[in-house]
Amino acid sequence: MGFFLETLFGGLMAGMLYSLIALGFVLIYKASGVFNFAQGAMVLFAALAMARFAEWIPQWLGFDNLILANLLAFGVAMLLMIVLAWAIERLCLSKLVNQEGITLLMATLGISYFLDGLGQTLFGNDIYSINVGMPKDPAMILESTFEGGLLLSKEDLIAALIAAALVAVLALFFQKTATGRALRAVADDHQAAQSIGIPLNRIWVIVWSVAGFAALVAGIIWGSKLGVQFSLSLVALKALPVVILGGLTSVPGAILGGLIIGVGEKLSEIYLGPFFGGGIEIWFAYVLALGFLLVRPQGLFGEKIIDRV
Amino acid sequence: MKMNDMAAAGPAVAAGGRQIGEVVLDLQNISLRFGGVKALTDISFDVREHEIRSIIGPNGAGKSSMLNVINGVYHPQEGRILFRGEERRRMEPHMAATQGIARTFQNIALFKGMSVLDNIMTGRNLKMKCNLLQMALYWGAVQKEEIAHREKVEEIIDFLEIQSVRRTPVGQLPYGLQKRVELGRALAAEPTMLLLDEPMAGMNVEEKQDMCRFILDVNDQFGTTIVLIEHDMGVVMDISDRVVVLDYGKKIGDGAPDEVRNNEDVIRAYLGTSH
Amino acid sequence: MLYRENGQFKTSYTADQQIFPILQDRVAIGALLAIAFVIVPVFGSEYIFRAILIPFLILALAALGLNILVGYCGQISLGTGAFMAVGAYGAYNFLVRIDGMPLIGAMLLGGLCATVIGVLFGIPSLRIKGLYLAVATLAAQFFTDWAFLRIGWFTNNSSSGSVSVAGLNVFGLPIESPVAKYLFCLSVVCVFALMAKNLTRSAIGRQWMAIRDMDVAAAVIGIRPMYAKLTAFAVSSFIVGVAGVLWAFVHLGAWEPAAFSIDRSFQLLFMVIIGGLGSIMGAFFGAAFLIVLPILLDQVPHWFGIPLSTATTSHLVHMIFGALIVFFLIVEPHGLAKLWSIGKQKLRLWPFPH
Repeated sequence: MGFFLETLFGGLMAGMLYSLIALGFVLIYKASGVFNFAQGAMVLFAALAMARFAEWIPQWLGFDNLILANLLAFGVAMLLMIVLAWAIERLCLSKLVNQEGITLLMATLGISYFLDGLGQTLFGNDIYSINVGMPKDPAMILESTFEGGLLLSKEDLIAALIAAALVAVLALFFQKTATGRALRAVADDHQAAQSIGIPLNRIWVIVWSVAGFAALVAGIIWGSKLGVQFSLSLVALKALPVVILGGLTSVPGAILGGLIIGVGEKLSEIYLGPFFGGGIEIWFAYVLALGFLLVRPQGLFGEKIIDRV
Repeated sequence: MKMNDMAAAGPAVAAGGRQIGEVVLDLQNISLRFGGVKALTDISFDVREHEIRSIIGPNGAGKSSMLNVINGVYHPQEGRILFRGEERRRMEPHMAATQGIARTFQNIALFKGMSVLDNIMTGRNLKMKCNLLQMALYWGAVQKEEIAHREKVEEIIDFLEIQSVRRTPVGQLPYGLQKRVELGRALAAEPTMLLLDEPMAGMNVEEKQDMCRFILDVNDQFGTTIVLIEHDMGVVMDISDRVVVLDYGKKIGDGAPDEVRNNEDVIRAYLGTSH
Repeated sequence: MLYRENGQFKTSYTADQQIFPILQDRVAIGALLAIAFVIVPVFGSEYIFRAILIPFLILALAALGLNILVGYCGQISLGTGAFMAVGAYGAYNFLVRIDGMPLIGAMLLGGLCATVIGVLFGIPSLRIKGLYLAVATLAAQFFTDWAFLRIGWFTNNSSSGSVSVAGLNVFGLPIESPVAKYLFCLSVVCVFALMAKNLTRSAIGRQWMAIRDMDVAAAVIGIRPMYAKLTAFAVSSFIVGVAGVLWAFVHLGAWEPAAFSIDRSFQLLFMVIIGGLGSIMGAFFGAAFLIVLPILLDQVPHWFGIPLSTATTSHLVHMIFGALIVFFLIVEPHGLAKLWSIGKQKLRLWPFPH
């Protein structure tokens, strides 16, 4: 029982991080109808920037303060993500308005390759670490209830809390602010939104910046846990089935989907894995999502699409 | 013989000498909903062999939905559809095509990446029988088949007077010609029933005249039954044998053009505003 | 002035429906084939065969297969690598487990294995479209990556899925020397390219394109979406599977699942986009481009005395490919093949402006 709960918690926490990345997908899809395959590359790019600037800035300015270095690096990395959002909108999206989803998807594949190359050219291609002072030692809880207690990673716990907070903030931003309303309007109908004076281009830059922000936070959390390296951009591939499961247009869907996939992955690896020879974590999420798609093509909370002719 | 007698009087000869036949399509109490939205409510009407049957009504009255029900794109929640005397079970659109029902769309639905010739050739796909392996080898039977169908398609191209653009990708054609190509694609299937969804929308007078001529010729030469949605009242009253009027998803009138023209409800809902 | 169709009147539909209706094109393609089959084998160096021509031919074949699915039928696939892997491991099993299995037989059977898996993962395309389908095909990718790594039976219980073949021959002729390998690949590619072209210009090709351009309208004129989509998946993954067999058997000789990773899938998709969606020739252009560019990037800086590290080169290649993908999608979605046909159109009129 204790072991089961540990696995469950581990899954929930991993799931929270998937949700964070999935959120980036959903934000961009809602506002521009683009399925942003480059979200993973953005996570890697942001994490690389964060790691390297935290290293470089103290050298350039000649101080030795971890917190200050991290803050400055965060600022610079965020600035970089905004510039990136602007560049993507200017050079790519604005020229592909009204194209089919499949074309846009392939364009983001191109962006993803470009970013992978750019990030590693600018920042190097070694393994870098991000040290934002996450506690590395595990904690024991509920020792009175279970024999031996439950072993929980404090790092995971904090990461999950940050992710949850961010998800909540973004949901509020979408629901309560004027910009959020404009975003939703754009998501509903580009042309109608434009005709009532919502500046499409600016909205897209904002959305991509927010997605960049989500990527940065995800990059920092994953990076401080696993180190910043190329494989980080593959984490996003894990988030794809999450979005599919939750529904492309739904923020709560992204969260719930992330949790389901996170938990499902961990539990299946432990309880089903032995029957398959292990390592099923790689495809379990995909097969789960695929099976679900066949039953309910629009995902858990997605909107049903009616073809009009 | 006056048109409005026909509803009661069975087979009759229409103006052009066409033989109006038995009821081929009978729609009984059709209701269609999308979630909570009622698109069609309890609609019944029938279509006779060889006639030109128009559906009119204001925007959003459910006209296109009606066509979509007839050829199986939408599935009504209630009601019966009898086609050639047989009750139709739930079916997919491609099965309507096998029963000889072809259609055109309100917003042109051509295959934009293909040439005029290829677009019309797709209309004959149901009549092509070669298998994959034969096609991969493109030998004997396939070549013969392609050429036989090509000849038929060239006849349609001649009929619609679009010889000069046969190799042009349809996306590059002007609107009026695209509408013509779409009609050609539908005709290529040699349908017994043709559903036309606003074939003359957005056309100038000359183009409309051409299109009217094509429709009447098709009806006259091939005896094709035509179900037509059109906004141009002049055209509808001129070429239809019978007209059904929809408003807010309900049927408010049905009969010969003159009859409909004088129907109180219809005038109130529709004609009264512009005519 | 030389490239003209003036005066070449067609008097029968047969003549009008040829693959190359213009005489000059027929001469050009004949000359190209003669060079490829006769002159290149005589003068080519081993490096050219191993590093450029053989990979080019095989990847062009795979891109051709993918183009049938993506370019002609409009169904996206991010799992091409998986179908190549199924072809390769399938053929390997037939070769190892059945005595006296000829190479061509194993190759075709490997292709059939890929067809089965392709159709299986294509079934979701009946319910889901576009973005969702991309994820479904990714499922195929990750699943096969795992299966060939973990399920010992597929790889004859070799560790980490690495296997090898040796002593290949066709009708008693050994396929060992680079020239023999090159000629074998060239023949296979020519045959499949011709068959693919035939399919795309006959009824089934029109059905695929109809589904791609407007699926509801296609259904309404009697095209069964299920049949059209699944045949596209079947034909596509058969060709891709055969390409996988060639890649593993002829090019690599010994391989492991990583040879068919998701990177391979993306690479092939890029070939199709850059080369030209919905064009047989585009697959060849795209493959040539993606193979030659990295080699150029590797060599050119050396000529100018600027040494670039391998890592930097590979990052640059990533950036250039990424930028080119976006560029082509914006400027010319039909890729190099379209530029080629525009060029021909201009040549037809040259030296007059209209």
